[in-house]
Amino acid sequence: MTLKRLFFLRTSLLLASAGITVPIGQSAIASSPPASRTTGIKVVFNRDIRPILSDNCFACHGPDKNKRQANLRLDQPNPAIVPGSPNASELIKRIVLAPADAASMPPASFHKKLTAAQISLMKRWVQEGAVYQKHWAYELPVKAQVPASSNAVDYLVHARLASIGLPVSPPADRRTIIRRLYFDLIGLPPTSQEVAAFVADKSPKAYTNLVERLLANTHYGERMAQGWLDVVRFADTIGYHSDNPRNIWPYRDYVINSFNTNKRFDRFTREQLAGDLLPDANQESRVGSAFNRLLLTTEEGGAQAKDYEARYLTDRVRSLGTVWLGQTTGCCQCHDHKFDPLRTRDFYTLGAFFADVDEAIIGGREPGMLVPSAEQSKTLQVKTDAIASLKKSFDGAIPAEFAAAKASWDSNLHKTALLRQMWRWMTPSASAATNGVQLVPQPDGSILATGPNPDKTIYTVDVAAVGSIGGVQIETLPDASLPQRGPGRAGNGNFVITEVIAQAVNAAGAVRNLPFGSAQATFEQAVIAEANPYRLWSASSTIDGDQKGEEWGWAILPNAGKPQSLILALKQAAVLAAGEKLQIIIKQNHGAAHNLGRFRIAVTESKDTAEAPLNALPADIALAASKDVSKRTVAETDRMIAYFKEASPEFAPLRKQIVDAQKSRDDYEASIPRCLISVHRSTPRTVRVLPRGNWMDETGDVVQPATPAFLPGVTGGTRLDLANWIVSRQNPLPARTVMNRLWKQFFGNGLSKVLEDLGAQGEPPANPALLDYLACEFMDSGWDIKHMVRLIVNSNVYRQTSIATPLQMQKDPYNREYARQGRFRLDAEEIRDNALSVSGLLSLTIGGPSVKPYQPDRYWDNLNFPVRDYVPDKGDSQYRRGIYTWWQRSFLHPSMLAFDAPSREECAADRGRSNIPQQALVLLNDPSYVEADRAFAVRAVKECTGTPEQRISWMWNQALQRQPTTAELKTVMSIYRDRLAEYQKSPEAAKSLLSVGFAPLPADCNPPELAALTHTARIVMNLHETITRE
Amino acid sequence: MELADELASRMSRRAFLGRAAAGVGAAALASLDSAQAQIPGLVTLPQKAKRVIWLTMAGGPSHLETFDPKPVLAQMHGKPMPESFTKGQQIAQLQGQKLICFGPQHGFASFGKNKTQICELFPNIGSVLDDICLVRSMTTDAINHDPAHMFMNTGAQIAGRPSMGAWITYGLGSVSKDLPGFVVLTSLGQGGQNQPIAARQWSNGFLPSKYQGVQLRAKGDPVLYLASPTGVSQTGQQADIQAINSLNRIHDSVTGDPEINTRIAQYELAFKMQASVPALMDISQEKKETLELYGCHPGDGSFASNCLLARRLAERGVRFIQLYHKDWDHHGDIKEGIRLKALEIDRACMALITDLKQRGMLEETLVVWAGEFGRTPMSQGGSGRDHHNKAMSVWLAGAGIKGGMVYGATDDLGYAAVENLTTVHDLHATMLNRLGIKHEAFTYKFQGLDARLVGVEPCKVLADIIA
Repeated sequence: MTLKRLFFLRTSLLLASAGITVPIGQSAIASSPPASRTTGIKVVFNRDIRPILSDNCFACHGPDKNKRQANLRLDQPNPAIVPGSPNASELIKRIVLAPADAASMPPASFHKKLTAAQISLMKRWVQEGAVYQKHWAYELPVKAQVPASSNAVDYLVHARLASIGLPVSPPADRRTIIRRLYFDLIGLPPTSQEVAAFVADKSPKAYTNLVERLLANTHYGERMAQGWLDVVRFADTIGYHSDNPRNIWPYRDYVINSFNTNKRFDRFTREQLAGDLLPDANQESRVGSAFNRLLLTTEEGGAQAKDYEARYLTDRVRSLGTVWLGQTTGCCQCHDHKFDPLRTRDFYTLGAFFADVDEAIIGGREPGMLVPSAEQSKTLQVKTDAIASLKKSFDGAIPAEFAAAKASWDSNLHKTALLRQMWRWMTPSASAATNGVQLVPQPDGSILATGPNPDKTIYTVDVAAVGSIGGVQIETLPDASLPQRGPGRAGNGNFVITEVIAQAVNAAGAVRNLPFGSAQATFEQAVIAEANPYRLWSASSTIDGDQKGEEWGWAILPNAGKPQSLILALKQAAVLAAGEKLQIIIKQNHGAAHNLGRFRIAVTESKDTAEAPLNALPADIALAASKDVSKRTVAETDRMIAYFKEASPEFAPLRKQIVDAQKSRDDYEASIPRCLISVHRSTPRTVRVLPRGNWMDETGDVVQPATPAFLPGVTGGTRLDLANWIVSRQNPLPARTVMNRLWKQFFGNGLSKVLEDLGAQGEPPANPALLDYLACEFMDSGWDIKHMVRLIVNSNVYRQTSIATPLQMQKDPYNREYARQGRFRLDAEEIRDNALSVSGLLSLTIGGPSVKPYQPDRYWDNLNFPVRDYVPDKGDSQYRRGIYTWWQRSFLHPSMLAFDAPSREECAADRGRSNIPQQALVLLNDPSYVEADRAFAVRAVKECTGTPEQRISWMWNQALQRQPTTAELKTVMSIYRDRLAEYQKSPEAAKSLLSVGFAPLPADCNPPELAALTHTARIVMNLHETITRE
Repeated sequence: MELADELASRMSRRAFLGRAAAGVGAAALASLDSAQAQIPGLVTLPQKAKRVIWLTMAGGPSHLETFDPKPVLAQMHGKPMPESFTKGQQIAQLQGQKLICFGPQHGFASFGKNKTQICELFPNIGSVLDDICLVRSMTTDAINHDPAHMFMNTGAQIAGRPSMGAWITYGLGSVSKDLPGFVVLTSLGQGGQNQPIAARQWSNGFLPSKYQGVQLRAKGDPVLYLASPTGVSQTGQQADIQAINSLNRIHDSVTGDPEINTRIAQYELAFKMQASVPALMDISQEKKETLELYGCHPGDGSFASNCLLARRLAERGVRFIQLYHKDWDHHGDIKEGIRLKALEIDRACMALITDLKQRGMLEETLVVWAGEFGRTPMSQGGSGRDHHNKAMSVWLAGAGIKGGMVYGATDDLGYAAVENLTTVHDLHATMLNRLGIKHEAFTYKFQGLDARLVGVEPCKVLADIIA
């Protein structure tokens, strides 16, 4: 670029930015030249005046009744304007005053000033009768008449260009056109063969055939999904604070698939807003309804449900505005819209449509709905059926061959059960306690502790006339008088028995110790056991001689309020002589008044009874088994049969088969993707108007679902009603909003530049007839997206060159009139896809869980709860298309971010296109790109056997589908030679470069040569041309 | 020098980060121009600060163990919190719990010419208190970390708004030749209460992406993808970039695409950064006395090192330098937690102020110390404090801020600011005032609105704290 051209460009921009834009015809087919400063052309309110009033006046004299000054509203006829008489109009008088004048408008404190050109336009508008119009976007679109032989885009753009005197551009060359079409329709570059074939195809249908081929290509859905995923803010993580993952990727595949199958946009809309409520709701439509779950959510401790309930509502209403309505609804969270007729009430009534979406407001992680493929559904059913079939055999009669086994099993159980019954409950003959506790015998033979509850205590209980003894049972019992009903006297109902001693005492007081050999209990406390040397409040610590400290013993938290038993078997069975009594000493030395409240004591003669595993038999089995077979009830007999199946070795193989089948099914189910979806709850949350958006203020009206008053009404209050309202022919906004965004994909900017705002503060479309035509045709075609894409890309306007003439740069620097094509940098995803495709690394797999390309170490250091490691994927998953990159909202992959991929924390209708040094760093140094460079070099060596010059030319042809110019080849060859010399001197450096990335190197490579070629690959991959869609 | 080279280098002088995310074509160069100079007409007040160093104490520092002495709270320790204070107010983790007064966990001592009381764990900050204005009446709207950081950084609780560093770089441009205009550094505390911080906290929001904060990292590449690939020599890197630029120029001669010149400038700038950023980060070049003053060691990634880097960035013309020091989220054991924080930041803060002052830079640098919210005078779990938005302490220094001053006060229990109540928007307005900008007049058109850092509600410059 020359200096002269640079200055020329600046001058043209100054003109443009001074507000002297080329004015816009209300109808593109209007034969009249533009209004501009030329006199004699009628000033049009929507085109010329509304933008001035909206930007400078409506804040105080507009739709917001709460901020309205002097009761004057300038968005409709008013006393400050006398049609036909600028001089009699207070409005005009005020705007021409010097800013210093206190009466001047806008007031100095507002920091706004009208330009001379704007004032002049205002005067002329009043002079010409001050005719108001409804805002353009709120009028139903009107379809212009287009001759049947014409492509409507061509007809309407050419008409407009003729009216403003801009010539159309010639078509781009065929190479550029096919590259453009590939990037625009499938997001991938054509191969050099595809380009050559297209260039050589002289058929008049060559181009339209190419369009059809690409529309049918399965990568079309991926390309189209990209913009949709931005605008709906699809991401893999929740967004706020911990930014943890969520199961949502099936929604991404749903979007890709919807575009590929050309799902009609009205259906697409209904599925996303209300896929769960459709009369024909199915798995696909329910996955579509994940749309309602794409918002930011939180798991932060201390977050308040009402606060976040309000955030979620506002997030959803903003998204509705951005995705379908082209309205900045967010303003109305706190106040009536200052520029558009949307009121605060409308904001909350829109939000009320979503009050039925079932969700945990704070920190509710949901696995989501299973989303099996047809194949997976089938397999899951087979596995489920297998379990049912095994269970059926299990539930049938016991096979005859097991009859003998069953009989012997019964008999063994009978013996065991009888053994267990050999406990005798004893009534103590005496009892005493230390430290003031009073032990009160109860009528049932148990003992209740009353009176003071000291820090520690020891109970001594005497039992007379025992005879033979093999074991002692202490059953601890609940009692209404105890805290938490006991059995302990501690505040939580707990106790700690620290040691139990049994001894025989004769009449003379001689003591014979009866040592215990084993201990068990019905339950042992495992909680709060960190400091306990046994890590358990175990039965065995009551007979350990306090070897690990006297404070440790048996306890039962959290099972307060229930009976439990401690069973102690003597080391050796003993016989008490006549006159000897049994004395049981129960020590409670834990402290903190963890003393026993109520208990009773049993003894057994049989050591076997005390040692019989306590939980070996369920209680009901123990009871049934203790009876003779003939005396069991029918239920008991059945229970014994069931127990035989549950526990006998004969049934073990069948039981294992069932367990294995269940595990196999469960594991398989766990491998099936899941997706958050919308689920309707029958009692919707209450929605109130929040005064000034303040969720703590509950004085606002409770509202029901309703659509904004200024648009046609809705019938009904469900999300499905809302969806139907959006795709109603009577709604002027959605078709325009969607077509405006679609246009940007194919020309680089929207027909109305502000994609998310078709309201007063947006930009009236440069060519309103064209936008209206597209909107009408979209609806007339049955909301057929492919039809609209076809209409646009088959136009000559689309096929024009993107090289601007000086006249175009002067008259239309921003290309708002489309007298040429746009040229713009590829999106982040396409830049990656292009490099991987050219290098031969790209995996073309469609769909599946998001993937993790290489990412700088420690990039996630600022994430927490939990801290996270980033592990890059291996194999095929490392080389997937950019659309599948793991979308971490708070730390989006940095090379995606560098190329303007949005974090998707908010809906992004209009992705920016910046040009920043980080982009150079990414393309030069990111391992993904360096690996692509070296893989490209390997391809060159393998696929092109020739001189270095030929290989470089081959590379050019692969990456750009053209030959290098002599100058280009000379520059790159010099790099190749210099690097080759350098790497021949230090082959280690060559190997080091070639080791970037996981892709294997061919064993027979020549490292210096390959490394030098990697540099040439790097150069072509970094070219502006390579990353530009021209 | 070739003409194209001259142009490119001229642009790289002007632009750190290329052009706006908006238009195509001619708009590119023009916006590059206007953005890098400051916006015409924006600076209408005396410009006292050329730059801002913002020390974000992430997690929510307790004002009651730092800068706001509350002897009455000490007397009330263990008693129920009077309901007259707390009824109907926002509460985070203490929702539904018994609210018990929790006295200050550390003593306070007098510092500076006005014998101002601050926590005795911060004697170094105390030693420069005469350069500092304490604001004890700060408040905020949000009560959870993530929204509260967003509010403190962007003036709004909705994601997608520009951070103040982006606003200021957008408004004033950057004077650094080879560094971004807005730089972010983070450090961790030893207490382990390191709350996550999202990259959106330094996002450009709806402003062009060249204004986004660039994080300089202590470990790994200081700037992401800064290092050349292994096996690529500096000569090799330079030659590749020259070749890329030379081929891009050839392409420009065919297509006249104005983006190409920006692209060329960005490649040159990227190459310059490959040298300048490592040089910047290498604090071992500093004098021994300086390292001792800060109490840091090269490469330790500490808050003290980051303070020293902040001074180096300031010297190099970076407009907005934001440090995050984490680990202030003391729900439990605040006594020990604050002690650790004091060890980490007390000396470093003093060193930064002293160092700037010695170099004559304090008068043109606004230093702000602030968390995202304060903490409750009520106890949490008997040893900590919960999040709190009715009262917090922040301080400012430099750029004509009155030193040795205390502005505003909380009630006797430190629950709510009661005198000279100050909002986040007031703090932003005051910062903009120091930069010569009228806060109401600093707008950017977004979604049809004249968006402002200070929001739409009226707010005020803290005129009393300005000399």
